[in-house]
Amino acid sequence: MISCTLRMKYKPFFSFLIALFFAFTALAQGEQAEVAKEGVTAPAAGGDAALAAAGDALYKNNCASCHALDEVVVGPALRGVDKKHSETWLINWIRNSSKMVQSGDKEAVKIFNEFQKQQMPSFAMSDEEIKSILAYIKTAPAGGAGAEDKAAAPGAEGAGAGAGAASDAGKYLDLLLVILVVVLIVMVITLVIIATVLSNYLKKNRQLTAEDEEVLNQRFDIGKILKSKAVRGLALTIFVVALLNITLDKVLGVGIQQHYQPKQPIAFSHKLHAGDHKIDCNYCHTSVYKGKNANIPSANICMNCHSQIKKESAEIKKIYTAIEKNRPIEWVRIHNLPDLSYFNHSQHTKVGGVECQTCHGPIETMEVVYQYSPLTMGWCINCHRETPLNTQGNAYYDNLVKLHDSENSGKPFTVSSNGGTECSKCHY
Amino acid sequence: MQESKKYWKGLEELNNTPEFAQAAHNEFAEFLPVKETFGSDATEAEVAPRRDFLKLLGFGLAAATLASCEAPVRKAIPYLNKPEDVEPGIANWYASTYFQGGDYNSILVKTREGRPIKLEGNPLSGVTKGGLSAKAQAAVLSLYDNNRLSAPMKAGKASNWKDIDAEIMNRLASAKGKVVLVSSTIISPTTKKAIAEFGAKANGFEHVVYDANSASGLVKANGGVIPGYDFSKAKVIVSVAADFLGTWISPVEYAKQYIQTRKITKDKSDMSRHFQFESNLSLTGSNADVRVAIKPSEEALVVAAIYNKVVGGISAPAFSNKALDKAISELTAARGAALLVAGTNDQGVQTMVRAINQALGAEGTTINTNAPSYLRQGDDTQMIRLINDMKNGLVGAAFFYDANPAYDHPMAEEVLNGLKNVDLKVSFADRINETAKLCDFICPDHNFLESWNDFEPKKGFLSLSQPAISPIFKTRQAQESLLKWSGNNTDYYTYLKNNWAGFTGSGSGWDKAVHDGVLENVSTTGQAMPNVTALSTGEIGATLNKGAQSGIELAIYEKVGLGTGSIEANNPWLQELPDPITKATWDNYVTVPISMAKEKEIEQGDLIKLTARNGQSVTLPALIQPGQAKNTVGVAIGYGRKLAGKVADNVGGNVYPLATVTKDGIIFNSTVSFEKVGGSREIAQTQTHQTVMGRIVVQESTLDKYKKDPKSVTEYVKIATPDGPKKPAAVSLWQDYEYKDHHWGMVIDLNSCIGCGSCVIGCNVENNVAIVGKQEVINRREMHWMRIDRYYSTDATREDGFTEMENPAENPSVIFQPMLCQHCNHAPCETVCPVLATTHSTEGLNQMTYNRCVGTRYCANNCPYKVRRFNWFSYPDNEKFTDVNTPQTTDLGRMVLNPDVTVRARGVMEKCSFCVQRIQSGKLEAKKEKRKVKDGEIVTACAQSCPTNAIVFGDLKDPNSQVRQIMAREQGERAFTVLEEINTQPNISYLTKIRNLA
Repeated sequence: MISCTLRMKYKPFFSFLIALFFAFTALAQGEQAEVAKEGVTAPAAGGDAALAAAGDALYKNNCASCHALDEVVVGPALRGVDKKHSETWLINWIRNSSKMVQSGDKEAVKIFNEFQKQQMPSFAMSDEEIKSILAYIKTAPAGGAGAEDKAAAPGAEGAGAGAGAASDAGKYLDLLLVILVVVLIVMVITLVIIATVLSNYLKKNRQLTAEDEEVLNQRFDIGKILKSKAVRGLALTIFVVALLNITLDKVLGVGIQQHYQPKQPIAFSHKLHAGDHKIDCNYCHTSVYKGKNANIPSANICMNCHSQIKKESAEIKKIYTAIEKNRPIEWVRIHNLPDLSYFNHSQHTKVGGVECQTCHGPIETMEVVYQYSPLTMGWCINCHRETPLNTQGNAYYDNLVKLHDSENSGKPFTVSSNGGTECSKCHY
Repeated sequence: MQESKKYWKGLEELNNTPEFAQAAHNEFAEFLPVKETFGSDATEAEVAPRRDFLKLLGFGLAAATLASCEAPVRKAIPYLNKPEDVEPGIANWYASTYFQGGDYNSILVKTREGRPIKLEGNPLSGVTKGGLSAKAQAAVLSLYDNNRLSAPMKAGKASNWKDIDAEIMNRLASAKGKVVLVSSTIISPTTKKAIAEFGAKANGFEHVVYDANSASGLVKANGGVIPGYDFSKAKVIVSVAADFLGTWISPVEYAKQYIQTRKITKDKSDMSRHFQFESNLSLTGSNADVRVAIKPSEEALVVAAIYNKVVGGISAPAFSNKALDKAISELTAARGAALLVAGTNDQGVQTMVRAINQALGAEGTTINTNAPSYLRQGDDTQMIRLINDMKNGLVGAAFFYDANPAYDHPMAEEVLNGLKNVDLKVSFADRINETAKLCDFICPDHNFLESWNDFEPKKGFLSLSQPAISPIFKTRQAQESLLKWSGNNTDYYTYLKNNWAGFTGSGSGWDKAVHDGVLENVSTTGQAMPNVTALSTGEIGATLNKGAQSGIELAIYEKVGLGTGSIEANNPWLQELPDPITKATWDNYVTVPISMAKEKEIEQGDLIKLTARNGQSVTLPALIQPGQAKNTVGVAIGYGRKLAGKVADNVGGNVYPLATVTKDGIIFNSTVSFEKVGGSREIAQTQTHQTVMGRIVVQESTLDKYKKDPKSVTEYVKIATPDGPKKPAAVSLWQDYEYKDHHWGMVIDLNSCIGCGSCVIGCNVENNVAIVGKQEVINRREMHWMRIDRYYSTDATREDGFTEMENPAENPSVIFQPMLCQHCNHAPCETVCPVLATTHSTEGLNQMTYNRCVGTRYCANNCPYKVRRFNWFSYPDNEKFTDVNTPQTTDLGRMVLNPDVTVRARGVMEKCSFCVQRIQSGKLEAKKEKRKVKDGEIVTACAQSCPTNAIVFGDLKDPNSQVRQIMAREQGERAFTVLEEINTQPNISYLTKIRNLA
């Protein structure tokens, strides 16, 4: 009886402890997440930000494939270029460098000769645009690996601070947990001691009824418990449920290649190209805004830059070999949409304005690309149900938007409300 | 009106044979091929023993589990060096020209990732004006024909061009006897120039031109050209056995012209009247207002009778006929707007025809004298002389370019013997065909989609062909070979471009011509239309006497699909295209009139041996054909190939040898002895596969009635309700769909549909429709999404059947109805699908989702239009179909598949999708350009293919769309939906056919 009572007493206490433990953990994680988020969205640096920001985009789209700020790539490093040459000279040079070389401009000829007589293409930009690029180059912060890292520096610092705060909170929580665990252990030991003392006392006291004696001398018979119907039943149920769960998971997962990360014939890094060098996706995947496929770039696109850069790299030599042997590079296909479904990139990128990362994940951080999304029909449909249509400034949708607004005011005009979940939109 | 008509698709339906009745009640053929695997005499127990079943089940489970463990590694292989103008996933279009077997079409080639996948008509062409024949639609597959040679051949072994060039040039220099180039009609000025250059270097060079289905009589009667017929200007057209809508000279061009006078509206209710005198029921005859069945020998008499009345001066033999008198009086009344054409290859008759046309004032009106046609230039006598020359050993070297006389010349046997006496024989054939087999060298020519060339189908109308793919095999363009052997090493492109300098000038003219594909209204050196002196009465008499024959006459004809059986023969799309009239596939046969079948007790499929006067014979199954002239039989050319390729070999019988060879040329008829040889062969006809069970499906009326009251021509069904008779749509169980932005619809004008089958092929190519082969067609399992239903009818009341008429099927009138998924707004199929595989879209489409379909076939059972097709087999990878389904089963053939359309798996239903892939891509283009969809921008493959614009597709929500305007105009007049009484509310409407009955 007493042991029963004891057990009864412990139970709520233990549950309370477990609950407390989980609550703390959850709280800590929540805090961490929030802090991290804030860090990422920290505002960019101020100053003549507007001009430099405009230049930033132009720089990345036009210059970054051949130039870096602090490093010679195809063309010279650009930091301090405004000090080396006058602004008007630079404007003329960017607009039409070959004309300047031909006209015999000394500076121009010198640069031309210095860089293996490689011509810089002409860019039809306005004075303002070129000035904004120069402003960007002037203000862009210095850095180690790549100049662009610096551009993102304020953000990165913010993230760092956030992470710091999070780790402070973490340390505090850890301490709390350690104390809690110690207290618990002490309590358990204390309780065991008390129980032993009490039972010893009762054993000495012989005025016990037979019933009490039985209880007192009861031995913990693990075999009997295990053989009990309830335990057996429970174990069986758990086993069956777990098995079913695994089976279902596996069966539903057949053909789903999420996180599929095969080894590619050439160790091409998206982190380096799209992340560090900020080369636009469209530069290599040329048809991503035009057609159904976001094509895998052909070797001649690689050669636009790699005829000049990193020629000695073993990986890049593989491209040279491919070209010499006239054998295309056989990449391993990662995103394998089944043949029965039709998918068109341009519909999503050009018309829908969907970012590449929405489906492909943080591609700019991937050394080796993996499949980020499950690419299941449920995943497609969910997005179609939730995503509002990008109808802004597109005359195709004008009438539809009007009709939608007049019928269900306030409700978002999603892809599916325009028939985007109908079978024949993807299956034909 | 409708009450007095009964329509039937075939005699079996008319007579309601037991087989027909059973088939009509069973939606699907019962035959299952399970036993085939075990042999036909296996018992039930042998077929599926329980243990085997369990073993298979276990194995299947294990295999499925293992297979699911690891997905196969797939490769993504980009271009090594991407061409600037090719973007994967985006189609490129090139203007080009198709000219094969005398069929000329200016085309646009759709290529994907550098491979041509679809041909469409070029709207810029003044000749074909965007139309495209069935043959041309299917021609893209001949590029990917597995029987093409992959390298030049020397004495039956693969060789290389260098050796072959050296040897041919060597042997050519020492050739004893004249050098001859045999070809079919060449309409390319530059090719002719190259041939002339080659000829200038060769000894005693001669260029012999012959056409398999010759028109040399017509050409000679008109001084070397074919008159530039313009049917659009004709109010009265009389055709004596000229199938000008189907196979004669330039069917697409003529159909375009013809239909201009046949399309009617309330405001423009004038129609031409068309008389047809012929033996076999042809496509043209079935479109005629008045058709008279005559024997081939009577063609000359009919023309003479007209000559007598119009020109006069001969004593015409007795041939009179009420319809003929009517035709003559109308022809003379319509002076200046009348046209007579004749299909015969008899020069005398054709000379009379020319004289009649001149007398009728046709020249300058219905015959454009400034633009004669060059589409047939063959000279039969020249070819016959050559065959004799070969026999006599006068020929030292023979080159065969686009010519296969060992198969398609009536004197094939003599060609075989004659070739033995020729030292050097070279063929430019793309495969080892009957003639090439006998040649020392085969120098395979490029496919037309791989080559540069120019064409002049009519004087002043030029067009170009340009390569849409780089050569697949080690072939070389024939012109380049000829130039090389004549010592000129220029490539043919440069040669062509230089030759065009006169037309295009320097600068961008050439580029524009290549871009447009055509260059028109230029002055060329092509032959003008000369004057020809009329025949003397004596000559006419001689011509007429030639014709007099007795006994059973054989009329040899050409089929719309297979043509003369050259390169088209090995094209399974064309083999499986049902003949417009007989609806037969994969065979030729003897068309027998009903009277003869009764008299000689012939059943459909009985083997008949026909023996011509020259002793040649052919044995083919009989097909009892309504409308066949009494005492005549018809057989199509183009079959019975021996060396065309896997698809065509030994399909049907070769009837060329039965043609009559005279000293003046080849006459494509003969008197024959007719013998039932016992045994039978089933003909794979599709005609009664989906039957109407006597419901109102097609509607027709007469022009008189239409002119009186346009609202009276169409019968609209009313349903009895408590409030009186109502339209079926007024009492509906179902809720209506609401369409917001688009509502796709189609109007099909039965007046304009000539039944040519171009849409069927267009649909097959666009939608990767499987080809099933002869046996499966017999099993009623053809996969065509679009079919053209051909109904016969006569004026007899439905109630009393046909007892009162002597024989309604002797010369029935014909009506064609393209039938495809009607995209019902209240679709019966949608409500019965247990897995929601077929659903309705917000744009009015009835969607079919293959990957959801489990194959219950409920939808097909419930479809009143019978347009759903079930995949009984895995056609793309079942060995049984490798020989017929070449576009899906072979690596080369698969290149033709449309990458935007799924290749369906076994066990799923499929049907017309309204070319949803085109709708989707059309909308996407509009969205990308931030604008509304323009009318005419999105068209289905069938509407796009139609040479007569009978099919119009568009957005019913767009107030400016053509389809909406037609519907607004014709509602209550000619527009009707099929089976309106069952309230399916289809998105396809038909326009009642109007006949201009005499």
